[in-house]
Amino acid sequence: MKRTARRLVIDRIACTGHGLCAELFPEQLALDDWGYPIQSPGPIAGGDTRHAQRAVAACPALAMRLEAARG
Amino acid sequence: MNALFNDPLWFTTRASGTVAFGLLTVTVVLGVAGVARYAPARMGRFEVAALHRNISLLALAVLGVHIGTALADSFVPIGWTAVVVPFLSPYRTTWVGLGTLAFDLLLAVYLTSAVRLRIGQRRWKAVHLCSYGAWAVALFHAAGTGSDTRLGLQITLYSVCVAVVLAAILWRLYTVGPGHLAARVGLATASVATVAGFYGFLAAGPLAPNWSHRAQQAQSTEPMGERR
Repeated sequence: MKRTARRLVIDRIACTGHGLCAELFPEQLALDDWGYPIQSPGPIAGGDTRHAQRAVAACPALAMRLEAARG
Repeated sequence: MNALFNDPLWFTTRASGTVAFGLLTVTVVLGVAGVARYAPARMGRFEVAALHRNISLLALAVLGVHIGTALADSFVPIGWTAVVVPFLSPYRTTWVGLGTLAFDLLLAVYLTSAVRLRIGQRRWKAVHLCSYGAWAVALFHAAGTGSDTRLGLQITLYSVCVAVVLAAILWRLYTVGPGHLAARVGLATASVATVAGFYGFLAAGPLAPNWSHRAQQAQSTEPMGERR
């Protein structure tokens, strides 16, 4: 089964720097000194999708979503 | 012990109500901890959030038992409609009605949380703030209709719950940062006033003589059977 690649999109305006996302999805997210996420580029690796989904669902500010990766 | 086995539904109602209130208290405190960015050394922030959610769901399950056994118990007439429409129960209309009101508020909080991604953050938060009200209304319901309110242990439990929720709210209002000073002082005053009102109510109501009669009397002149 071939899954479409997905990428994590952060809404920088909605983000309030709670930092739960970096705990749940450290594969692609780290926190800066103020607790805001730093994202490594690229689509989400196939096996990590569940972790990314958990990070999206846990965000207290609803500042993340998953989208289909471009091209 | 005999009474316990003779009236399993009645005692389950009382026990589950107490447990549900304790779980709701923990849920409120964890919710405040999360929004205040409490970050314990040995625990992830996402774990505080997950505990908040899971304990709230546990509280909902225990509330289901509380309401189900209260309805199923044949001694007190409450009626199915009183589950969602407040102040319809013939038994202790006011005090059971407060329980219904708290349940309605909680249902709104649960349902909006279930569809949080769809309704958006602002609307979700507006409804979620009702949790504080639901907790306070549940407190008055517990003290007003609970058959165990006069027990020393029960009063101690309520006092602990009141103390931790009040402390969490005041801590949150104190640490939320500058600005909105008038609103923060107002909310802190309202919280303290609610607690003072609760103890005033305890002294004048459930702890004063003849409460089981007075709790019923407000609505009907016909005395209900008293249940110990």
